[in-house]
Amino acid sequence: MKQVRIGAGAGYSGDRIEPAIELAEKGGLDYLVFECLAERTIALAQQAKLKDPKAGYDPLLAERFRAVLRPCRQSGTRIVTNMGAANPVAGAERIRTIAGELGLTGLKIAAVTGDDVLSSVAGSDYRVDETGVSVADLGGSLISANAYIGAQAIAEALADGADIVITGRAADPSLFVGPLVHAFGWARDDWHRLGQATLIGHLLECAGQVTGGYFADPGYKSVPDLARLGFPIAEVGEDGSVVVTKAAGSGGQVTPATCKEQILYEIHDPARYLTPDVVADFSCVTVEEIGFDRVRVQGATGHPRTGTLKVSLGTVEGFVGEGQISYAGPGARARGALALEIVRERLALTGVRTSELRFDLIGANALHGERLSNHGGGHEPYEVRVRVAGRTDSLIEALRIGNEVETLYTNGPAGGGGVTKSAREVVGILSTLIPRERVATAIHYVES
Amino acid sequence: MKLREIAHSRTGDKGNTSSISVIAYEAADYALLLRQVTAERVKAHFGELVAGEVVRYEIPSLSALNFVLRQALGGGVTRSLTLDTHGKGLSSALLDLDIPDESHSRTTPRQDGDR
Repeated sequence: MKQVRIGAGAGYSGDRIEPAIELAEKGGLDYLVFECLAERTIALAQQAKLKDPKAGYDPLLAERFRAVLRPCRQSGTRIVTNMGAANPVAGAERIRTIAGELGLTGLKIAAVTGDDVLSSVAGSDYRVDETGVSVADLGGSLISANAYIGAQAIAEALADGADIVITGRAADPSLFVGPLVHAFGWARDDWHRLGQATLIGHLLECAGQVTGGYFADPGYKSVPDLARLGFPIAEVGEDGSVVVTKAAGSGGQVTPATCKEQILYEIHDPARYLTPDVVADFSCVTVEEIGFDRVRVQGATGHPRTGTLKVSLGTVEGFVGEGQISYAGPGARARGALALEIVRERLALTGVRTSELRFDLIGANALHGERLSNHGGGHEPYEVRVRVAGRTDSLIEALRIGNEVETLYTNGPAGGGGVTKSAREVVGILSTLIPRERVATAIHYVES
Repeated sequence: MKLREIAHSRTGDKGNTSSISVIAYEAADYALLLRQVTAERVKAHFGELVAGEVVRYEIPSLSALNFVLRQALGGGVTRSLTLDTHGKGLSSALLDLDIPDESHSRTTPRQDGDR
């Protein structure tokens, strides 16, 4: 039976680079996929593109391609990625330049566009999922709108002979479904295979999260050699069967448990995982260890895709200011609590205009609040870190929050140290659904 | 005993919604998860951290449950004022849940991971 080897070279924009080189050199891969786009990333990339029409693709694109282009060329491994972010065409051009610098000629690079639907949804009556208002009601705060596109355009580009396919907001699993559909010639309505292909994409899209990353819990779940964590490889058969493994000799592990955690990661109803390609059903999936670092995953099915595509809407939502300071030794918690009270009063006294404020003691209650933190009796931490964060309409007001924490140095409780402060613009992410036919993808080719 | 003795967990996020898996180490303990780790208990455990509803999905083929917690991330990853904007640590908080010691497989401490 024909087999396709597909690997994941990144699970997010800032991911490690050497594991992808290892896969490119030793993975024996047909396809290497880089998933680098989060909800917030594309909105920021749109802003970058507004300032510079040649910008807006992933900031690490050049570094990643310089690292893997040559070994991928040598092994005949084709690359699929959403590193195009807000500007796949400029990203493809940059890849061509890098290929030229490396002396790699004749590489065909495909840029997939069409996910940017800002002009067609701005001012429209489409409903915002989270708030129920219309997109038009967002007014000038709307800065980006990107539809999650599916596997079809990627498969087409590969069929046209592309060595590299770079997209914008393609759905994460679709980056893997595209190559599988192309390699096996699966029909666009072969729902069960598309469901299984989506499962494979879902298993691999976070890279190290299926090979032992984000898993270790000493004394309960041990993972070897996390500093050299290997990234995953899926060995896929024509019937959609799959074995998940990783590069021999790399760190980490592939076990039924690591696969189970990733299968359920960020899905809601496991019987209805909606993607642009299929409504996938993971509710009867099974995992089986068939060898060292080799796990067979089977049983995903699928139903016809829906008539709509999800659109991620980026909005500017004011600013967040923050300040932190640490206290240690006897009475640290009490001094930290006093510091919080002082800042609370100072922000009111000096008239800092905020719409929301938060006061945390890191080390005591910051992540899960007072009640859960004291579950089981609580404890007296040796050190705490005071953290005050607030939402404001302007950068100037946001900066005042950190400043009020900083003045604790000479005006607050005894022994505070290590102040940090920050202020940033907030990009909110909302979503809506638009009819599938409103999104037209196109493929642009360049050659090195 | 703590849920941590018989199950492992991972948290994910989409917008203002958190999803948390609870996976039995041993298939024999799945029935205990089904009985003890209900949507109501999870909602009560997180208290004020979760403003919306909690829905539980069952995946017997993986000996696992999947919880979806609405309005659980302070308005969403990009805008929340919390330190852990993704709510990544919620899985650890859930494993702190107290459950009756009726496990078939409890071995404390586990030394072999899951291999």
